[in-house]
Amino acid sequence: MTTPLAVRVMEADAFRYRRIWKGSVVTAFINPMLFLVAMGHGFGTLVDRGVSTTGGTVGYIAFIAPALLAATAMQTAANEAMWPVMAGFKWNRTYHAALATPIRIPDLVSGTIYWIAVRTLMACAAFALVAGLMGAAPPVRMFLAIPPAVLTGIAFATPLMAFTASTDKETRLSTILRFAIMPMFLFSGTFFPVEELPAWLQPVAYATPLWHGVDLCRALALDVPARMPWVIHVAYLLAWAGIGWALAARRFRKRLEI
Amino acid sequence: MSNEPLVRARGLTKRFADLVAVDDIDFDIYKGQAFGFLGPNGAGKTSTMRMIAAVSPPSAGTLEVLGFDPVRQGSQLRARLGVVPQEDTLDTELTVSENLYIYGRYFGLTGAELATRVDELLRFVQLAERRDSVVDPLSGGMKRRLTIARGLINEPALLILDEPTTGLDPQARHALWDRLYRLKQRGVTLIITTHYMDEAEQLCDRLVVMDKAKIAAEGSPAELIAEFSTREVVELRFAPGHQERAAARLDGIADRIEVLPDRVLLYTGDGDRTSIAVTARDIHPETTVVRRSTLEDVFLRLTGRTLVE
Repeated sequence: MTTPLAVRVMEADAFRYRRIWKGSVVTAFINPMLFLVAMGHGFGTLVDRGVSTTGGTVGYIAFIAPALLAATAMQTAANEAMWPVMAGFKWNRTYHAALATPIRIPDLVSGTIYWIAVRTLMACAAFALVAGLMGAAPPVRMFLAIPPAVLTGIAFATPLMAFTASTDKETRLSTILRFAIMPMFLFSGTFFPVEELPAWLQPVAYATPLWHGVDLCRALALDVPARMPWVIHVAYLLAWAGIGWALAARRFRKRLEI
Repeated sequence: MSNEPLVRARGLTKRFADLVAVDDIDFDIYKGQAFGFLGPNGAGKTSTMRMIAAVSPPSAGTLEVLGFDPVRQGSQLRARLGVVPQEDTLDTELTVSENLYIYGRYFGLTGAELATRVDELLRFVQLAERRDSVVDPLSGGMKRRLTIARGLINEPALLILDEPTTGLDPQARHALWDRLYRLKQRGVTLIITTHYMDEAEQLCDRLVVMDKAKIAAEGSPAELIAEFSTREVVELRFAPGHQERAAARLDGIADRIEVLPDRVLLYTGDGDRTSIAVTARDIHPETTVVRRSTLEDVFLRLTGRTLVE
């Protein structure tokens, strides 16, 4: 039984990751701890009345922990969908190398997405563990929120892969991080409910994939009803992931098959 | 040599939006041959290679490689090809052996089999002591040898090398030629593109001369020289400003005269006799060199241009 071609691509990515895993593991555990301590315990003590959710009022740290899980997934997946992809096309040209082997362009796209999912899963698991141990939310419920968090990550990863495949300028990638990922991180219902935003800005927040991921994760982790039927959340995230996947496949083909 | 060619191209054409890179070419490459594509940059060599290597679909014509259709059966075909691209595509953050390992995994090679092959190949390209070095700081020659080892990881029926020694110093080029020569001795079929005529002469049993997307001539190096050039060449170099006047007085002195910007070439059967005739006309170049004809002369004859400008 031979390994499917896309899985071979994923393995190669995992193999490369072995070189940098130590640094990334430290980040994966330390970052959530710092965030939860600073925002949850530090800043949270100022929010003494708690935050009201669909299921009643919860402490501030409980409010942000599931949201930060989704945001961690977004950030991990976004970074993995940009820098290594740019390296594959341009810096190391490893995509060109892979395509001289039995690997086909769709295998390259799928394998890369599989790896991003694994990487995101690892970051989310670390976050859930830290948040659980810090008492931000019941550990088991935090872990329940991992699947929607990973889906949120993929909803960002595939369109960003398509974007990276269509540009040669790495400054564009930093621009995306600064002007798309960062604002979403702050304003997608992560640190305060979207209802607190000016009315005209609320639809924008609802349109971001992150808000859907945040709401799903929060509902699962805090055991409260979601603000929208979960099917709509999941369908919306799947649509981003699916359309992004198709776009990425097209962009990869355009760039590599010449 | 079997009668079925490993590569068979008829009317092969590659068009890009604004140019025709390969224009309706035919060729056959047989098992055990070292087959060269010689031509200047932009002649269409790399585009031809990429079509053979099943990474770039032809725009027109038919192409069959190892009995496969590169468009419909690209993955199966590539499983049996080795490719050494013009630009290095090594993962510079990984070590020498890790690069081979990852590449071998793409071919579905596993564990013990792969480990043995990596060891063998690193010995073959003389990189065994560097197996755990990160690739980035290695010299150009080492990287190229590693790329060749990588191209051999699947024991390919056909090894495709695109400009294998471009950018290498003379010593590294010779080291590389030596390895390629050994592969040839082992019966590996090689396809080589180059714009160096010495490389083509050293390595190729048979070659096509490409110019402006077309094949200008085909044959063994010796056949091409016999057909398109004379046995010897006299190269005359003049002091700046004196060439034009001297060239005007060389009429009829050789079978053919080429006036290049920096020198005059006299094509003749007997170089010594021709250089005596030059002196007899009271023409005194700064230097006179008599040499054998090369593929460079063939190319000049066919296209009116030198290979490396």
